[in-house]
Amino acid sequence: MKVIEVTAENFEAEVLRSDKPVIADFYADWCGPCRMMRPVLDQLAAEREDIKIVSVNVDDEEDLAVNYGISSIPCLIAFKGGRETGRNIGLAGKDAVLNLI
Amino acid sequence: MYDIIIIGAGPAGMTAAIYARRAEKSVLVLEARSYGGQIVSTPEIENYPAAPHISGFDFATKVYEQAVELGAEFRFERVTGITDGSVKTVTTSGGSYEGRAVIIATGSECRRLGLPGEDKLAGRGISYCATCDGGFFRKKDVAVVGGGNTALEDALYLSGLARTVYVIHRRDSFRGDGATAARLRSKDNVKLVLNSRVTALEYGDRLTGIEVTDNDGGVSSIPLDGLFIAVGRTPENAPFAGLIELDGAGYVSASENCRTSVPGIFAAGDNRTKEVRQLVTAAADGAVAAGEAIKYLEGSGF
Repeated sequence: MKVIEVTAENFEAEVLRSDKPVIADFYADWCGPCRMMRPVLDQLAAEREDIKIVSVNVDDEEDLAVNYGISSIPCLIAFKGGRETGRNIGLAGKDAVLNLI
Repeated sequence: MYDIIIIGAGPAGMTAAIYARRAEKSVLVLEARSYGGQIVSTPEIENYPAAPHISGFDFATKVYEQAVELGAEFRFERVTGITDGSVKTVTTSGGSYEGRAVIIATGSECRRLGLPGEDKLAGRGISYCATCDGGFFRKKDVAVVGGGNTALEDALYLSGLARTVYVIHRRDSFRGDGATAARLRSKDNVKLVLNSRVTALEYGDRLTGIEVTDNDGGVSSIPLDGLFIAVGRTPENAPFAGLIELDGAGYVSASENCRTSVPGIFAAGDNRTKEVRQLVTAAADGAVAAGEAIKYLEGSGF
């Protein structure tokens, strides 16, 4: 699997109604550390078929960012069955990402 | 089995990877977060030869791509310890890896103020990275606490975004670079609060302000939307404390040749005892440590 870019339009289908646990990466292009999360998330997405990893651009998707109270990025939010189960602010390694689930 | 396992993918670790790969050694780089290290939170590097205006992120990305292109393998796992022997075993959160030599280039992490509420407010008004979070404080009131280069650069960066930037520093002059301090003093929206410490955080769900106490004992309150903490860093050597010699402050006791107290284990960059902790000295350490590791491998019969 690859990291899937989501928007307000498909957030519900891809994240809230996902049958697998989801890690949503809230990021912006101007945020260096956010872009550096990408190799970590790519590595995880390639290794783990049992989770889904999505990314949300906070500049393009302001409503989603506001809904989830994002004021610090990179921010990873884990969802299971449509509910938030964990959140990490700042750069995270693979184990810290997996701990959110 | 790898020839060299490098712990930490900052400028020191990734430079070591480049030198080791060019000497045709197999290299695994283990990193707890992602590549780059501390330099990624610098908005603009102005003191690295031949790259006068590059961002920390762009710099780190170029070094990463260079190391990957040369064949270094990266795994994003946190190292929990090393077992010594003629072959060294490095354990991580995800498994364990064997290497003939190890370079520890773990750098350092942000020091906290240690005030009640600080952990809970991280991401709710408190930040340790101005370039990451500055964008959320456009036209708002923020403060930077600290007096070194990071604090000055953060304040300068934020002065272009925020309405007001207070700089809280416990002394009457800055330890950081004079040119940056001068530029900061020329900004109309920067207010220096010197000889003062942050003594309490004011908050509900989010940070709402700080209590500041000056060196004469005068207490005042500053309403704020954001507080950026830049009060220095501490080395990340805890997993190695029982194996190699550390100094009183937790830095690896290693001289300019980057050798630690254990043969075959080397230390490079900000996590070792040294006089100057700069990007260029971290990169230099990477080259020296790789060279020493290669010498060790070639002399140790492998």
